[in-house]
Amino acid sequence: MSSQTFLRAYGDREGDGMVQLSFTLTILPGDRAREAAKRFAEAHGLKHPLVVTMEQASFEHTYFVVYGKSVHGVDAAAIHVEELGAEALSRDEVEGAAKALGRKIVVVGACTGSDAHTVGIDAILNYKGFRGEKGLESYKAFDAHNLGAQVENAELAQRARALGADAILVSQIITQRDCHKENARALVELIEGQGWRDRVILLLGGPRIDNKLARALGFDAGFGPGTLPLEVAAYLVREVERREARPQPAMR
Amino acid sequence: MAKVPVDAEKVLRCRALAADVASDVQTMIDRHTTVGVERTVARAYGVEGADAEGTPLANALVDKLHQHGSTGLGVAYFLGRALAGGAADVQEAAERLAFGDEPLLAGDADDVEALRRALAPHTAAAVLRIDGARDERVRLKGELGVGPEPLKYVIVATGNIHDDATQAKAAAFAGSDIVAVIRATAQSLLDYVPEGATTEGYGGTFATQENFKIIRRALDEVSRALGRYVQQTNYSSGLCMSEIAWMAAVERLDMLLNDAMYGILFRDINMERTFIDQYFSRRVIARSRIVINTGEDNYLTTADAVERAHTVLASQFIKEAFAERAGLVPELMGLGHAYEIDPWLEDSFLLEVAQAQLVRQIFDRHPIKWMPPTKHKTGDIFHSHVHDAMFNLAGVLTGQSIELLGMFSEAVHTPLLMDRYLSLKSAKYIFGAARHLGDEFEWKADGKVATRARTILDEALTLLEDVQRESIWASIASGVFADVKRTRTGGKGHAGVVRRDGRYTNPLLDVLEGHPSGGAS
Repeated sequence: MSSQTFLRAYGDREGDGMVQLSFTLTILPGDRAREAAKRFAEAHGLKHPLVVTMEQASFEHTYFVVYGKSVHGVDAAAIHVEELGAEALSRDEVEGAAKALGRKIVVVGACTGSDAHTVGIDAILNYKGFRGEKGLESYKAFDAHNLGAQVENAELAQRARALGADAILVSQIITQRDCHKENARALVELIEGQGWRDRVILLLGGPRIDNKLARALGFDAGFGPGTLPLEVAAYLVREVERREARPQPAMR
Repeated sequence: MAKVPVDAEKVLRCRALAADVASDVQTMIDRHTTVGVERTVARAYGVEGADAEGTPLANALVDKLHQHGSTGLGVAYFLGRALAGGAADVQEAAERLAFGDEPLLAGDADDVEALRRALAPHTAAAVLRIDGARDERVRLKGELGVGPEPLKYVIVATGNIHDDATQAKAAAFAGSDIVAVIRATAQSLLDYVPEGATTEGYGGTFATQENFKIIRRALDEVSRALGRYVQQTNYSSGLCMSEIAWMAAVERLDMLLNDAMYGILFRDINMERTFIDQYFSRRVIARSRIVINTGEDNYLTTADAVERAHTVLASQFIKEAFAERAGLVPELMGLGHAYEIDPWLEDSFLLEVAQAQLVRQIFDRHPIKWMPPTKHKTGDIFHSHVHDAMFNLAGVLTGQSIELLGMFSEAVHTPLLMDRYLSLKSAKYIFGAARHLGDEFEWKADGKVATRARTILDEALTLLEDVQRESIWASIASGVFADVKRTRTGGKGHAGVVRRDGRYTNPLLDVLEGHPSGGAS
């Protein structure tokens, strides 16, 4: 296979551009609705759209499934992303690296603000872990503290400081009207205001988080959906190593 | 029905142990009240409204009593005394107590009999209001009928009550039997119930009395249009558990998420506070004949579905015992559990069927509430839809009563209109296609399903023996349920727990507990 950098959706044959689209429109089923769905798909760049499903989904809405040939493509070579660049390590390598550090890495995690969904933070921190991979609690390398849900930023900062945290993991699941961004940014500002931002690694995780967003919000790294505990572990151990190797700021 | 073996002796033993556990807590409950309970009493007597900052009068009143160390007498004591002393009505009495210079301590000259007499007509009116809504529900259910089980339960969660009403109607159109308006995430920790209709909420919509009314009106309208009574549910949990139960009762909700331990484990609300509040809330719920849904499903979002399956069953026995002590009949106890097993585990379907069938048989009169996969859901919505289909098949096979339908977009966002539509379509198909599957065969006596069912009951029995020996307080402290640890005096809301005074007055509770005189001896 030649390495292809100009990408189009692949359905059955190279370059066919086949995609599916499903949506609801506020119209009742009928010929007009079918035509509306077709034009809607065309407006999104689908050529020869085929409306394969048209069903009334409420008193006033219709649900559609459309197949069509997307006319768009993207040039992969022109893409620059903020890749985390973390080295993939095995569990043993993480443990070995931490042993060489000569101490446990203290990690404090929480779902902050009004967020009550601990599934993400639990998957990364708790012994049980996620998809058969045990969480940070199960490592000798880490001293992991999961503060749970609905922890206020001030409380998280205070607990993390008291525990001498190397890293703070913030999980944000609820994203209605971007509350996760405001909340995450507020934590960074709080810690900056308290003057210890350079002494702690801040990680942000959640289904709508990626490294780019996390960095834009002032975190050191971001982890999106499907992240396994080992990825976080590997990042943390390397980052702590890196920081310990760099000259410490002079005492003030 | 494709039954699993159930050792009746062991079930009896589990029930006896659970009864001990609940009775131990009941002794504490009967000696205490909370600010939440007293606010509920105030509301039931007709105390309403809020000030410009949104502080409800019920809060202003009870907070003031609490500051004076008088909560242990009961808010009814003071309302009754003000009425006996010439207040025109309850509202005026409440305003005087909250904002005036009315004495807020018990006086030696207080005539307890006189204040109880002054309260009697108001107590009767409060009970009549609950009974009236209940009778209206019975009438409408009879007139319009309800769908077949498993009842299809869906959630709406826009944050704006008016959008919720639109979504609720759409869900009913698409075939749902029950609509829940998910609550704004932090509401369980608010020590007051917001006032009025709300249009801003994160992760859901605030539970308020006005919001309840708006959804009830929308669902009644759609029920008539469809010729099928569509039920409404919300959350009676958190620090305002009993106030919300009362609001639900008078606004004719049909179900409530109401759990004796959920707030303790998942919201870090104080144990004593939760136990006392759940009791009073359930006295209201029992009178109103609302079906409660308990929250054991949540255990398996934090603990493992295979290793900790027995904790769910053990907890169901305990919740049954708590509910029974608050006057609920089994037909109102929607004990909860969930399909949270790792879907890639071999025979995961069989393991879930075993538990669902076991729960169905042990709690045979109970409207069992079955929750969908959430923990192992991913953004692959197509696979997620298949995952939910397996859950639906298990549900109809084992005769679950109430099924909260899974959403293929579970791991992505709060459900869109079409997500809910497709979920309902799939459930309708599977419930219909496999309606009598369970009648057609018996599980092998020594097969995987039967063996799993036996193991879960055995392990639940052992766990209940431990909990009974250690007490519920110590068991929760050691993380028995959901792998979460809480202490007796820790958590939020403990400051609102008060020991009842010898003259504690609560004629409404007296009636709800079955003392018909309202305590006016």
